Amino acid sequence: MTSANTGTEVGSFASRFNLQQYVVYLGFVAIFLFFAFMLRDSGFLTVRNLSNIVLQTAPVTIMAIGLVFVMSAGEIDLSIGSIVAVAALAAAVTIASYGMAAGIVVGLGAGILIGLINGALVAYVRLPSFLVTLATMGLFAGVSRSMTDLRSISVTNETFTGFFGSGSLLGVPSLIWWTVIAIAVGHLVYRETRFGAHVLATGDNARAASVSGISVPGIRLAVLTISGGLAGLAGLLYAGRLQAAKYTLGETDLMTVIAAVIVGGTLLNGGKGSIIGALVGSLMMGMLNNGLILMGLSVSDQMIVRGLIILTAVAVSLRDKSR
Amino acid sequence: MSAPILQLQDIRKNFGGLTAIENFSLEVFPGEIVALVGDNGAGKSTLVKIISGVHPPSSGTITIEGKPVTMSNATMGRAHGIEVVYQDLALADQQTVYMNMFLGREPLNRFGLLDRRRMIDETEKLVKELDVRIPSAHATIRDLSGGQRQGVAIARATHWASKLILLDEPTAALGVAETARVEAIVQSLKQRNVGILIISHSLDQVFKLSDRICVLRRGKQIGVRETKKTDKNEIIAMITGLQQQ
Repeated sequence: MTSANTGTEVGSFASRFNLQQYVVYLGFVAIFLFFAFMLRDSGFLTVRNLSNIVLQTAPVTIMAIGLVFVMSAGEIDLSIGSIVAVAALAAAVTIASYGMAAGIVVGLGAGILIGLINGALVAYVRLPSFLVTLATMGLFAGVSRSMTDLRSISVTNETFTGFFGSGSLLGVPSLIWWTVIAIAVGHLVYRETRFGAHVLATGDNARAASVSGISVPGIRLAVLTISGGLAGLAGLLYAGRLQAAKYTLGETDLMTVIAAVIVGGTLLNGGKGSIIGALVGSLMMGMLNNGLILMGLSVSDQMIVRGLIILTAVAVSLRDKSR
Repeated sequence: MSAPILQLQDIRKNFGGLTAIENFSLEVFPGEIVALVGDNGAGKSTLVKIISGVHPPSSGTITIEGKPVTMSNATMGRAHGIEVVYQDLALADQQTVYMNMFLGREPLNRFGLLDRRRMIDETEKLVKELDVRIPSAHATIRDLSGGQRQGVAIARATHWASKLILLDEPTAALGVAETARVEAIVQSLKQRNVGILIISHSLDQVFKLSDRICVLRRGKQIGVRETKKTDKNEIIAMITGLQQQ
């Protein structure tokens, strides 16, 4: 028995080091070094370019935090891109007539409300989140188009644009503040609270969570609401940074967010994930985007490369799960 | 003998027009292992759900330490000190041993955050007491063997049960050595002065572990025997209904 015991310990140590957990950091460093070398004369390594990458990825990072919660609970949220546009447009329209405070409330409220609708359908009507959010993705893409007849709405309130995108505090751009605060809060809630533990348990084994007294429907409702709210916040950040809102905002972000989260070590089927990993994943996707543009790749080539990276990430993720 | 820790009286359970359990009575005393045996479909799992609080009985009373209780979900059962080790163990495979020990009941520190130190310390203490041989409280469930997982599930129930532990087929999926290990753990639970109700298909195991055997057939209690005063033939006859009257 003693020798069998030692065997288990060695085995579990070996299996605890799984590739998936570290692939994002290795990938990040590898891609960084690759671009730093390849693009050494194209301005990749300038402070301006690197800080631009961080600024550009802020909305994606915020959405990725929400998706880590959703995927950890074993669900998916495909509607985040549509929520971004609806929230940004709703905020822009409201700010024009009722001022900044009302705009923030309406923008965030729109995200939270759509998240609640997604969550209620998944938790209480027991529809699969994949189908529910696929439907609301299409539905609210339509809503954002009809809201303003495809027109772009400019946001001229300088307090709003400063707070949500173009301003800075203590010399640090507001988008970086938003990213740092969202990551810190997200990480704390995910790792150190009962709620975070219950999200993981629900995604890991919903029956076990349920017989342990965890409200599984409550968790499902909560994660999709959080995701909707954070997508709403991402919409405000876009509106603040671009000083305008349009239905195209967030349109192409879904793929990037999913890729960032999966590359960052969150399992597709739930039960395991990382907020910090999602941040690094998001920065990696941003860096990739930036580097590929500087290398002169066309938009279509960029899409192909990004698709290949997602495929690789999913392969690693599933390989780890089925081990 | 002391007072029974769990008392079931004239329990009846109907599902629509079907009667799953009728006239079922049983007492479990502290420090005693009672085995519940019966063929497939005899109503064992319905009884597990009634005792754990998942299904309230249609009629009859459940008494815990002399007090009649009504329960309508497993949370209420747990609040009354009843813990179940489910056949599928109900463990979250990708979480650590200590998180599973406290699943749904995680202690918090003064900042309102998870008190990991306390969870780890209590897990290590209990795992040592029960001699559940796992690498560490930090181990992930899926890295453990079947017997180790079963040990964790039993340790969890032991940690929280103040009155009764219900074990549903605890060794059905285990090999010979692991079965012996788990049986030793179950045996050691008797010292904790809780009632233990074990459901098992293995009569060898039932005779090895239990103090009394309760036979269930087609939703009815056929009889309760003291393990020392009966034999396998009698129990088999009772289970199958081929007993010579």
